Amino acid sequence: MELIASLAIGVLAGSGVWLLLRARTFQVIVGLALLSYAVNLFIFSTGGLRSGAAAILRAGESGSLANYADPLPQALVLTAIVIGFATTALLLVVLLAARGLTGSDHVDGRERDR
Amino acid sequence: MADALLLIALVGLPFIGAILAGLLPAHARDTASALAGGVTLICLTLVWMAYPGVSAGEILRAEIPWMPGQGLNLTLRMDGFAWLFAGMVSGIGALVVLYARYYMSEEDPVPRFFAFLLAFMGAMMGVVISGNLIQLAFFWELTSLFSFLLIGYWHHTAAARDGARMALTITGAGGLALFGGVLLIGHIVGSYDLDTVLTAGNLIREHALYLPALLLVAFGALTKSAQFPFHFWLPRAMAAPTPVSAYLHSATLVKAGVFLLARLWPVMAGTDAWTWIIGLAGLITMLVGAYIAIFQNDLKGLLAYSTISHLGLITLLLGLKSELALVAAVFHIINHAAFKCSLFMAAGIIDHETGTRDIRRLSGLNQTMPFTARLAGVAAAAMAGVPLLNGFLSKEMFFAEALSAQGEFSLLTILPVAAMAASAFSVAYSLRFIHGAFFGPPATDLPRSPHEPAGWMRFPVEILVLVCIMIGLLPAATVGPYLALAVRGVLGAEVPYYSLAVWHGFNLPLLMSVIALAGGVLLYRLLQGYLRSDADGPPLLRGVDAERIFERVMVFLSWRLARRLENIFGTRRLQPQLRLIVGIALFGGVSAVLWRGFGPGNLPATPMDPVLVLIWLVGAAFALGTAWQAKFHRLAAVILLGGVGLVVCLTFVWFSAPDLALTQLTVEVVTTVLLVLGLRWLPQRRKVPGERGLDVLSLRRRLRDLTLAIGSGAGLAALSYAVMTRTPPELLAQHFLERAYTEGGGTNVVNVILVDFRGFDTLGEIFVVAAVALTTYALLRRFRPAPDSVEVPEQQRDQGDGALHGDATTPTADWLLVPFTLSRLLFPVMLIVAVFLLLRGHDLPGGGFSAGMIVAIAILLMYMIGGTDWTEDHLHMLRPQRWLGFGLLLAAGTGLAAWIFGRPFLTTYFAYAELPIIGKIPMASALIFDIGVFALVVGATLLMLVALAHQSVRGQRAAERATGDR
Repeated sequence: MELIASLAIGVLAGSGVWLLLRARTFQVIVGLALLSYAVNLFIFSTGGLRSGAAAILRAGESGSLANYADPLPQALVLTAIVIGFATTALLLVVLLAARGLTGSDHVDGRERDR
Repeated sequence: MADALLLIALVGLPFIGAILAGLLPAHARDTASALAGGVTLICLTLVWMAYPGVSAGEILRAEIPWMPGQGLNLTLRMDGFAWLFAGMVSGIGALVVLYARYYMSEEDPVPRFFAFLLAFMGAMMGVVISGNLIQLAFFWELTSLFSFLLIGYWHHTAAARDGARMALTITGAGGLALFGGVLLIGHIVGSYDLDTVLTAGNLIREHALYLPALLLVAFGALTKSAQFPFHFWLPRAMAAPTPVSAYLHSATLVKAGVFLLARLWPVMAGTDAWTWIIGLAGLITMLVGAYIAIFQNDLKGLLAYSTISHLGLITLLLGLKSELALVAAVFHIINHAAFKCSLFMAAGIIDHETGTRDIRRLSGLNQTMPFTARLAGVAAAAMAGVPLLNGFLSKEMFFAEALSAQGEFSLLTILPVAAMAASAFSVAYSLRFIHGAFFGPPATDLPRSPHEPAGWMRFPVEILVLVCIMIGLLPAATVGPYLALAVRGVLGAEVPYYSLAVWHGFNLPLLMSVIALAGGVLLYRLLQGYLRSDADGPPLLRGVDAERIFERVMVFLSWRLARRLENIFGTRRLQPQLRLIVGIALFGGVSAVLWRGFGPGNLPATPMDPVLVLIWLVGAAFALGTAWQAKFHRLAAVILLGGVGLVVCLTFVWFSAPDLALTQLTVEVVTTVLLVLGLRWLPQRRKVPGERGLDVLSLRRRLRDLTLAIGSGAGLAALSYAVMTRTPPELLAQHFLERAYTEGGGTNVVNVILVDFRGFDTLGEIFVVAAVALTTYALLRRFRPAPDSVEVPEQQRDQGDGALHGDATTPTADWLLVPFTLSRLLFPVMLIVAVFLLLRGHDLPGGGFSAGMIVAIAILLMYMIGGTDWTEDHLHMLRPQRWLGFGLLLAAGTGLAAWIFGRPFLTTYFAYAELPIIGKIPMASALIFDIGVFALVVGATLLMLVALAHQSVRGQRAAERATGDR
């Protein structure tokens, strides 16, 4: 299971980095989205991968890691997902504005001189 | 206690005065002058009040604890030497203020001038009465800073700006070096306290770090005192108003350097290194400065070089090993302050009344300004060292020292000759000053017709000239006690015997004086022809210009070198920067692994589930497909990206994270809509058939990027594998799991962490989201689409005019009638689901984030299917900014409410309430906080998406207008 999860993270991160280094702004946005999936999964995995562990406490008792999934990485990732959405939105608008100003969707605002 | 107050007032009052002066209106010349005069006079009185204590041998102290553990306190300390300097700073300060009142024109912003002047005075006072070396360095830097402001006061002239900048560069660099030197001394002694340092002379001189410390301190002092080879900033600083020059270059700024040398004299002097560095710098400066001064055509330029030369003399005296030389140095500090200040003021009067300072144009002012002429004559005679004036006395002492020092040290054998030469030069330039300006036929082409200045403007000059004469005639009775006091302050108890008398009988120093006087007069006569020939600069040294060398160095450092480095290392292109960042991250990861070793952890791998394998085969294919399609098929890429998001969401479900799955799912929907809305404004990109394939260059670039991408992916995969096969740290998780219910009152631990334990982080996060939403909105308000995106897209044209926007006859709702009806029915259900998720968030998966997202999705659905206009007509609650503001206020207000109950920010209160039908629900104040989060997420998401969606409407309206005009 760990192998699958880590390979998945690797593929997501690799595709993300590839797109991050491309010349078109849209590619960069999509690359960042892929990269943030990878990073979120990675942070999530630091708590250990456990299928079938309870996520919700039984009322009236205090839990322990033996029966419950690690809540801390989950809380971190939840925050990261929301912030990731916000930054994607901001980047998208910035690139649209840049495209409107420069007329080009190249990341440098103009095509590379060949 | 009274002493402490006195010292604090001495440093504090000028700064307070500076702030008050800075607050005055720009034309309040008289008020500002009165204020500055009052402050300086109070300071002078305070200094005088300190005299009884100081003269009795006490050292006044004031200490305000700041970081006692680090040995850093605000320590003020006044001994005899500091007292003398405090007296000069405040006394001459008072005279300069009076003079400046008449010198400054009403058109200048005079309050600003006095604000700078007072602040400078406070800084200078801080330097001289600091009891701590670091504090001294701090005030030292302040003097550099305020002198910069003062020199650049007339910042509309280029000369003032350049002069100020150069002074700051040189003295600022010196200040930095001094700071380093002070740190070294503190390291050697183990304390920065001046009292401790002053008793540690042997320790310092014998320490291995003595030479570096000496070099750094000397660099600081020599730059400040304008010593060769750093002297050139001082003539350039003459662009300042004359009162500034009179103050800075007679008694204060440049004297700070020699003050420091004298202050540290007991602990650092006496070695050969000291004599070579300080003595040689002083000797060269004294000779070169005096020589150049003769050939200056500007009155202030002449005085500037003369100042350099006299400071060189003082530095030279301090560089000698004898205590008597120190006495002579301190004495000359006093004398130089008196005559140089009066001469600067006289030069300022001439400039003020005639409109020029050029010696070649000035002539015969003796007839129109007889009184000023006599005052300046006496001061210049003191500068030249004419008997019965103060300059003569210290020069005699200097000659005596020059004679007695020789033979002891190889450098010093030429000292008597050099001393006489410098003295003769000094006579020559003093003569030139007086003869050139006041004698000869009256000048005819002056910009203004000269006359005597206002009486009060001359008053400070009169006082200072009186001081020169009094000291010259009755040295022991006037300056004697103060000089003894200052010397005792430097040396401690053991003061050498010296005689302050006008007449010492016929001896060698007297003979040297006579030779120097005669030689100076002769030199001036011989040079008459050359000086009238309009030759620029001194002979022999004309080609060597330290200033030009400095400027070349500055241009090289700040422009050429910087440019070259930028060309090599800098780029404005994003791709190389990102490549570098990824590369460095990869390098960091790999090198850490190489350094510490790598391997899978100790945990046994859990068995693979074929379903998850299958899910991730699809997920990996989607991810690679996204990377493949993002250039030419953006819509496909967005769809594939959404697929990846769903796979991630399933993974969260699989590994027991329902909250994450819920949030991921809703965010995925909104992100996809967002990206699709953006697509419309991007240029069409089609593969042109028959286009040539990749050239070698871009092929190579792609290979490099591919390597980076595969490297990063593989690295992250390996890292995750290593992490996952190790036992995760439990400490925090355990802490939260144990307390979520017992202390947070919720069974959904993730939610309790977000809204309670780490509520402050969440508050910060929603502020970020709000800021992003507002930024997006602001950017889109001024959005100008690229020209080729303005037209209605062909898909919309095919559907018929006005399909998706408001002012058309056929609303979208009619095109999508069935889905529209269904979604209208679904809308309230979605809202109820959202409320349900919000309320149960504390105990079951849900919470403010996902609930907010669901409301946003519900409204988006109406936008997409019902059309913009229908939705905005029918949903009056759509005011995203209000949601946003309400959410922020509610969340922050919940946090603040805890204060009312005397608890820390964001403390949660909870109880369970029994409601009919619904049952027992948790009533934690965290729920209110979560409602704030909910409202904010709704507002922020809608604000962004709606603003983006509205662009289409706006853009098409604009396009229609454009076509209509055509």
